[in-house]
Amino acid sequence: MKILSEVGKYLILMKEVFHKPEKASIYKKQLLLEMDNLGLDSLGIVAIISVFMGAVVTIQMAFNVDSPLIPLYTIGFATRKSVILEFSPTIVSLILAGKVGSRIASEIGTMRVTEQIDALEIMGINTASFLILPKIVACVLMYPFIILISMFLALAGGWLSGVLTGLVASSDYVYGLQYQFKMFDITYALIKTVVFAFLTASVSGHYGYFTSGGALEVGRSSTKAVVNSSIMIILFNLILTQLLLA
Amino acid sequence: MIDVINVSKTFGEHEVLKNINVRFDKGKTNLIIGQSGSGKTVLMKCLVGLFPIDSGTINFDGRSFSTISYEEKKKIRQEIGMLFQGGALFDSMNVEENVIFPLSMFTDMSINEKIDRANFCLKRVNLENVNKLFPSELSGGMKKRVAIARAISANPKYLFCDEPNSGLDPATSIVIDNLISEITQEYQITTVINTHDMNSVIEIGDKIAFIYKGNLWWEGDKNSILNTDNKEINDFVYATELTRRIKGK
Ligand SMILES: Nc1ncnc2c1ncn2[C@@H]1O[C@H](COP(=O)(O)OP(=O)(O)OP(=O)(O)O)[C@@H](O)[C@H]1O
Ligand SMILES: [Mg+2]
Repeated sequence: MKILSEVGKYLILMKEVFHKPEKASIYKKQLLLEMDNLGLDSLGIVAIISVFMGAVVTIQMAFNVDSPLIPLYTIGFATRKSVILEFSPTIVSLILAGKVGSRIASEIGTMRVTEQIDALEIMGINTASFLILPKIVACVLMYPFIILISMFLALAGGWLSGVLTGLVASSDYVYGLQYQFKMFDITYALIKTVVFAFLTASVSGHYGYFTSGGALEVGRSSTKAVVNSSIMIILFNLILTQLLLA
Repeated sequence: MIDVINVSKTFGEHEVLKNINVRFDKGKTNLIIGQSGSGKTVLMKCLVGLFPIDSGTINFDGRSFSTISYEEKKKIRQEIGMLFQGGALFDSMNVEENVIFPLSMFTDMSINEKIDRANFCLKRVNLENVNKLFPSELSGGMKKRVAIARAISANPKYLFCDEPNSGLDPATSIVIDNLISEITQEYQITTVINTHDMNSVIEIGDKIAFIYKGNLWWEGDKNSILNTDNKEINDFVYATELTRRIKGK
């Protein structure tokens, strides 16, 4: 029952959120600010994680295909598959759910408990749309770039670790990366990414917007935002994989 | 003019406002007074529509929030300026951006016009050279004054102030009281102020509504409040030694 009413509240909020912004110039300014805050600000952590994860994945693959029957380029091939299909879109989105989600929820939650949202409301502003829409749009626009960068860095990290440890020759690894390359894998990853971006921003916006109380509740909302965004990402990952790959 | 007709408001079991009837006049500073926790803030938030009321009607010059369309409601809201008890400044914006925010949102003024207006409003609340500071860099009283500047920047028709001079020293308090009173007359604003500052009551109380335990207990003005024999209001007015001594004379 509680889940149903929560989902209902979320859907009603989303209806409020998708309204035409009152003033285009202000909206544009907000959007650029959020693209910076939520997108560019996340690049550092994504870059570090991607390089190291790519490196580890390659080493794992190398140890597991340690058989003369399997060609060495399989290492590059398998690294590519796991990075593009799951690691970059899903795992990185989960990490971003922690970073971006808690930021959105605590920012909006603080505005709620300090009456800043009320102040906007009495000026005649649609606060749900004013506060949440730029964040959703910023995430949906920025995530695909972040994920593409993550893919590139993870594969580069894999190459670096494979070559430096001598587990795979550069030419084998690169051949593996190109072997039976399907553009659809990238499309599939980006479709997932956009959905995850929307879920993270909207679910976190929801928990921030419906914060009530004080500083303690802001903390709680932000935790709920991260936990529930993550659950939604995992759930939709399963659904989308079924839909797109089956 | 704002008419409050048979308004009640309950939070769970707790009946905060009981059948309130009161009229706030245009061009006058209307005060709502009462003890801490008596329901002043709740009444004000009901007036501006932040709290839905359980029963009754609130009319803004004949227009009621409960019967009009969303677009009309937005229009009334744009005629409202409000000072929140806690200031409610946007902490992602500096002082100047806070004050010009309503202008950016709802007017086509150029940036220079807006900054001129911001400087004018900030000057009226005795603040200068703080334009680029952020709310976290201001003292409590400065925040309050910036919030007042923001409330008046878009020339509201209805001005609501929740405790405009709590946290201010007596001298600044008087400046703020006079400012509110002046612009109320000058621009014929319908002003509603929550306060428990006796000095404001006596200086600018064109109309005074006393809330006691959720009821509208007494109505009057700055003259009649000193001569009433209503017990609760006397307990409220003459709560301090200072006021008792003044009365004794
Ligand atoms: N959101 C709310 N939910 C439940 N009860 C509330 C809420 N807001 C206010 N109350 C209750 O309503 C009563 C009146 O509160 P209100 O804030 O209006 O007092 P006040 O007259 O403004 O006091 P003060 O002078 O201290 O600001 C209090 O008992 C308070 O507990
Ligand atoms: Mg109050």
